[in-house]
Amino acid sequence: MRTLPEGFIIPDFGGSAAKATTTSPEPAAGGEATAYRGPRKLALICSKGNLDMAYPGLILGNAAAGEGVEVHMFFTFWGLDIVNKKTHKNLKFTMLGNTAMHMPELGYLRTGLEHASMPQLMGQLPGMTAMATKMMKKQMADLEIPDVPEFLDLLSAAGVHMYACKLSFDMMKMIEADLHPGVEGVISAADFIEISEGAQTIFI
Amino acid sequence: MPTNTIDGHTFAVNDEGFFTNREEWSEDLAVILADLVGIEQMTEAHWAPLRFMREDSAKTGVTPTLRRMQAVGGFDVKDLFALYPGKPAKKMAYLAGLPKPVGCV
Repeated sequence: MRTLPEGFIIPDFGGSAAKATTTSPEPAAGGEATAYRGPRKLALICSKGNLDMAYPGLILGNAAAGEGVEVHMFFTFWGLDIVNKKTHKNLKFTMLGNTAMHMPELGYLRTGLEHASMPQLMGQLPGMTAMATKMMKKQMADLEIPDVPEFLDLLSAAGVHMYACKLSFDMMKMIEADLHPGVEGVISAADFIEISEGAQTIFI
Repeated sequence: MPTNTIDGHTFAVNDEGFFTNREEWSEDLAVILADLVGIEQMTEAHWAPLRFMREDSAKTGVTPTLRRMQAVGGFDVKDLFALYPGKPAKKMAYLAGLPKPVGCV
């Protein structure tokens, strides 16, 4: 690589990891000298199996991988449904317990209605969860966001490391054959803590 | 607006360094810039996604994301990461003379 001409502006393509390691402060004298010095890492703990709670982890993981960050995702408790091939096509969204549920389309009926919270009772009506799920999936598809199984393929291709939680796996009586092929292993919480050393950790 | 000059090529960029005018891009310039982002040899495999990005963005007006490169362009995301390691979408957008991709996925 050559040196840049004077005044040449070039986007940051990932020298930042190296920079961070050189500018990070020396560990305080007498302190633990084991501070992590490697490239930027992100650990995502996905614990929810609702459709709307599956996406934040998938989107963040994908975004981080695309930024050259080393990504580790731990699927635990209900989050295991995201990587279970028997369930991940059918994750659902319910408006129950979600007071932020409002429909942009209602604004066409009357101005302001698009910001109105939907009555919780409506969510209990038969078919409401199916309808809300269908709507959310359509909104996602309109924005060209892949469905969950395809998203996992994308993450896997992007080099994101995915793991299933051993305890949840046993508790749900899962079998390895049902795991999405991108899942690298069924590991314990302690294993994940080791793997995610030095990572920024997000619990979802 | 800042202007970059290298080996006789001049092009306007935004504060981050991305192209602001796609017409100021050329294949010769891309080869020079590729060297700057750590791609020593531009092979046919490197050029194919860049060509798709320019064609696609000419139609849509936005830089395609990796997901679109896969879904519409038929490229393998794994290959793109191998060809342009680190930040593939940004590197490719830069070398294709396009703005930074803004899509989330």
